[in-house]
Amino acid sequence: MKTIYMDNNATTRVAPEVVEEMLPFFSDLYGNPSSMHAFGGNVGATLKTARERVATLLGALPEEILFTSCGTESDSTAIHAAIRANPDKRHIITTRVEHPAVKSLGEHLAQNGYRVTFVPVDRRGRLDLDFLYRNLSDDTAVVSVMWANNETGTIFPVEEIARKVKDRGIVFHSDAVQAVGKIPINMADSAIDMLSLSGHKLHAPKGIGVLYLRKGTRFAPFLVGGHQEAGRRAGTENTASIIGMGRAAQLAMAWLRDENTRVRALRDKLETELLKRVPNAMINGDPDNRLPNTTSIAFEFIEGEGILLLMDQYGICASSGSACTSGSLEPSHVLRAMGVPFTAAHGSIRYSLSIYNTEEEIDFVIDKMPSIIERLRRMSPFWQGNQSA
Amino acid sequence: MWDYTEKTKEHFLNPRNVGFIDDFDGIGEVGSLACGDALKLTFKLGEDRRIADAKFQTFGCASAIASSSALTEIIKGMTVEEAAMVTNDDIADFLGGLPKEKMHCSVMGRDAMEKAIAYYRGEAEKKIEGEIVCECFGVSDLQIERAVKENGLTTIDAVTDYVKAGGACGNCHDKIQFIIDTVLGNAPRAAKKPEALTNIQKIKMIDATLEREIKPALKQDGGDIELVDVDGNRVLVKLRGTCASCSKSQITLKHYVETKLKDLVSQDLVVEEV
Repeated sequence: MKTIYMDNNATTRVAPEVVEEMLPFFSDLYGNPSSMHAFGGNVGATLKTARERVATLLGALPEEILFTSCGTESDSTAIHAAIRANPDKRHIITTRVEHPAVKSLGEHLAQNGYRVTFVPVDRRGRLDLDFLYRNLSDDTAVVSVMWANNETGTIFPVEEIARKVKDRGIVFHSDAVQAVGKIPINMADSAIDMLSLSGHKLHAPKGIGVLYLRKGTRFAPFLVGGHQEAGRRAGTENTASIIGMGRAAQLAMAWLRDENTRVRALRDKLETELLKRVPNAMINGDPDNRLPNTTSIAFEFIEGEGILLLMDQYGICASSGSACTSGSLEPSHVLRAMGVPFTAAHGSIRYSLSIYNTEEEIDFVIDKMPSIIERLRRMSPFWQGNQSA
Repeated sequence: MWDYTEKTKEHFLNPRNVGFIDDFDGIGEVGSLACGDALKLTFKLGEDRRIADAKFQTFGCASAIASSSALTEIIKGMTVEEAAMVTNDDIADFLGGLPKEKMHCSVMGRDAMEKAIAYYRGEAEKKIEGEIVCECFGVSDLQIERAVKENGLTTIDAVTDYVKAGGACGNCHDKIQFIIDTVLGNAPRAAKKPEALTNIQKIKMIDATLEREIKPALKQDGGDIELVDVDGNRVLVKLRGTCASCSKSQITLKHYVETKLKDLVSQDLVVEEV
C-alpha cells in the first residue's frame, strides 16, 4: 500500500538531495571540525557553508546562526538566555496556543517564581494583541510568540508585535518552526531578536535545530562545556545534520514559490472539496492568515482517533486534535483556547501537505474521507437529527 | 500509536451490533460529548428471558467502539442476572486486553450495561451517587471507590485510566489519593482532638519546645530567648542577645516563636515580651 503523507507539520520526508549531501559525513568525512589537522578542518569549512546557507534563508548573518539539537532546545535556549540576561525581571509573556516546547517551559517557569502571562486567542485563533500590549511592563524579560500555529496553521503578526515589544526595550523571541520554508522570512529588516527553527520540519533530518540570535542580543549559553558555536552552544557539532540543514535551507528557498502556489492550491482543493462533500464539517483557524500547507477540519460528532485509524487503512497519514490520540483525556489546548466546541474539537483532523504531495493523492483523500466520516457517524449516538438538510 | 490487540482492531474495523433496537427492553446511556466518549446501549429479551439482541451506538476512540462491540457480543444469550455480573475486566479480556490508558472504555461498557438493566427492572434512573470529586469528567467518590476496589488500583494515574477522574485539571488529585488511601486502609486517621492540657503539662511542653526548636534557631543568628512565666495562655518571654536589640524582634516573636508554640503546644497560646 502506498503511503499518502499529509502530516508534514509533525515531520517531513528528508529530501533525497539532503541525504546525498549528508552521506559522506557518516563515512569518509568523519573528522572533528575543531581538530587542528586538515582532515578535521575540511569538515569545519563545509559547516561554514551550511551556516551561510541557513543565514541566507533567514536574511541573517552567518554569525547569527547557532546550530542546536532541535526546535525545543532552540526555544529553551532563547527563553532561558533572555531571563538570565535580565535577572531582575520576573515576567514573561507568551500565548495560550504555543507548542509545548514553549508552553510547558512557561508553565515550568510559572512554578519557579516567574509571573507568566498567556495571551488568549479568539474563535479563529487570532491573538488578542491589545491584551498582549497591555501586559507589557518594566518587569517583562521576554515575549515569545510563535510565528505560525502547528495545529491550525494560523499565522501571527510577529513582526508587528516584535516592533512594539522592542520599543519597550524587551527581548522578543519567536518559535518559527512551522513558518520557515512555508512563508518568506527576512531577519534583515525585522525587530525579532531570536528565532527557533527545526530541521525535520523542512526536509532535513531529526536532531538538528537552529537558533537565530540577532547580533548584539545579550545571551547566556544553555549548554556549556566547549567552545563550539562561538562558545554559545557547547558540544561537538552534529556535522552530517548541519550539512543536511544547510542543503535543506537552500531547497526551502527554491521551493518557497511552489509551496505558496501549487501546494496552496492542493490544500485549498482538499479543504473545499471536503467541506462540500461532508456535512457538519468546518475549518479550525483563520483562513485569511494561514500557512499554505495546513488545514484543520472539524468533523462534528465523531472522535478523531477512529478517523485516523480508518484513514490509516488507506495509508493516509494525518493527525488529530482529539484527546484519545494523545493519551491525555482532553482535546488539544489550541482548539480549547480557541473555544472550539467539544462537538467539533474531538473530531478535528489536521492535514499538512508538502511539496511532495500530488494532485492524485489529494483526489484519493477527497474520495475516501466522506465514507470514513459517514461510517463513524453511523455509530455515533449524537449523529441522529444533525444531518444537514 | 496505541498498542491495540488484533482483536481490538478487528472489532473497531468490523464492529458487531451497531445500531438501536426500537422496541428495546432495556436502554442505558453513559458519557457525553464533552467527556470525549459516550455509549448508548439497547437490548431485547427473547421468549426464553435471555438477551436475544443487543445494539450499541458509540462516540469515542477505537477502543471505545471495540469495547462496545465486545460488550454486545458478551451479553447476547445471557439472562439479565448473568449480564449484571459482567465486569469491565470481562470486556477487556474479551478483546485480549486494552492499553491501560484505555481501560475507561471498558468501564463505560459496564456502566451502560448497569443502566440498561436498571431501566429494564423499572428502577428509577440512578442519580450519580455520592459526591462529585472530579468536576471535569463528573466522577463521584463512590465511582472512584468502586474502581479502586474492583481493579485493585493504587495510584491516581490508574484511577484516571479506569474512570478518567483526575485526567484534566488535576484539582481533585488530593481527594482521589484520599479515597485510594481509605480503600487500602492507609488513610491518616482523623487527628484526635487533643485533651486539654493541665497547666503543668503546658508549661513543660512550652519549655521543651523553646529548648528543642526555638532556641537553636535563634542562636544561629546570635540571639536567645528566655521563658519568664506562663499565665493562662499568655506566654511571657524575654529576648536576649542580638534579638534584644533587633528591630525585627517583634516579627520574630509573633511569626516565628508564637507560630511554633501554637503548632507544637496549643493553638490558644499568645506570646508576649516582658
